[in-house]
Amino acid sequence: MSNFRELMQQGLWRNNPGLVQLLGLCPLLATSSSLTNAIGLGLATMLVLASTNLMISLVRNQVPAEIRIPVFVMIIAAVVTAIEQLMHAYTFALYQSLGIFIPLIVTNCIVIGRAEAFASKNPPLAAVFDGLMMGAGFCLVLVALGAIREILGQGTLFAGAETLLGSWASVLKITVYHADSHFLLAILPPGAFLVLGFLIAGKNALDLRKKASEASQKGSIQRARVTHVNTNN
Amino acid sequence: MLKFVSKNALLLGLSATLCVGLIAGVNLLTKERIAAQTLAQKVALLQEVLPAGTADLSILDNCIYIEDKAVFGVARTPIYRTQVNNQTVYVVETTAPDGYSGNIELLAAIRSDATILAVRTLKHQETPGLGDKIDMQKGDWMLSFNGVQVQGVDDKRIAVRKDGGQFDQFTGATITPRAVVGAVKRAAIYLQQHPELAHQPSACQPATSEQ
Repeated sequence: MSNFRELMQQGLWRNNPGLVQLLGLCPLLATSSSLTNAIGLGLATMLVLASTNLMISLVRNQVPAEIRIPVFVMIIAAVVTAIEQLMHAYTFALYQSLGIFIPLIVTNCIVIGRAEAFASKNPPLAAVFDGLMMGAGFCLVLVALGAIREILGQGTLFAGAETLLGSWASVLKITVYHADSHFLLAILPPGAFLVLGFLIAGKNALDLRKKASEASQKGSIQRARVTHVNTNN
Repeated sequence: MLKFVSKNALLLGLSATLCVGLIAGVNLLTKERIAAQTLAQKVALLQEVLPAGTADLSILDNCIYIEDKAVFGVARTPIYRTQVNNQTVYVVETTAPDGYSGNIELLAAIRSDATILAVRTLKHQETPGLGDKIDMQKGDWMLSFNGVQVQGVDDKRIAVRKDGGQFDQFTGATITPRAVVGAVKRAAIYLQQHPELAHQPSACQPATSEQ
């Protein structure tokens, strides 16, 4: 299991937290109305996942099984609070625009999920890598969602990048198209569900096609019928 | 059994202590920077609404509190005072309670003769794409307040066009600009009718003294 290539595939694609496990939907849907917010929260989540996985992996042999969950929860809450304070101090504008969603990373199921499922059973290096890859998978979905919704809803990309990167970054803003009335639905919460639905459908379509082409290659030797698609393993 | 339970309890206590220690440590490291950032943001906002070169930290030390929910939308409103060209200018954090989607928090610089210098939106939840043009990042509608003098309660110009005034409404969103214009007008008239506010002793703790 602690094969790094395998971990990367799991986190980024096959077991992607946003598209397959569907964990952490609350921040995923709420903060993806613009690309800048998406990147900010995606990176914060990735940082949290890597740090909590590391700490939990380090103490995994000292913590008895009976009290592991409360200990994990405390570690996660402490790390998120620390990161929140650091963001408050060093990326003030971003902290304000992400608001409540930074402390809410605590409740993102993907964090406790990886702590329990992976970090508590694996050595620190593999745990950190798993945290980074799961975080990156989450971040990529968030970024895709943010970019699509911002283009559809506002016709821009990277609006407000200066809140993330400092005042020079306002030049990054790209106006993709200009219209008097934009596709408002994309920015509103229902738009988040719709776009996420299309992303999941797209991923499943790609997986199915790959499976079908593999099956047809083997088809000359054995007959393969795709009656069931198992996305978990 | 007892030994087993007390060992676990000790371990839990120990990890709680370590976690609290981590948070306390980070807090100690970032506390000053967070306070400085908060202050810097307040000054940056003051610079937005006050004429160039007249906004500085000392304004935050000179303030009064007004309790008049009918005018300012919230129970207790801070009003900062400063002098610009020998005239008293109030910087007031007023709230429009009748926005389309909850309160709209505004920061307005208003001279004692009811001339509005500038207004900015501090916080709002108006509909993206429709009502959010009151945000300076989305449009420059707020600039239409600059230099407008309110001539008493019956001044019909201080209203959206639909109500016979001079302020544009937005396509598909009249409630938002109407709420903002109304809140600014009420504040300007209140400040003009209460000239004694300029002479009340300051009620603020000096914001700079903590540093």
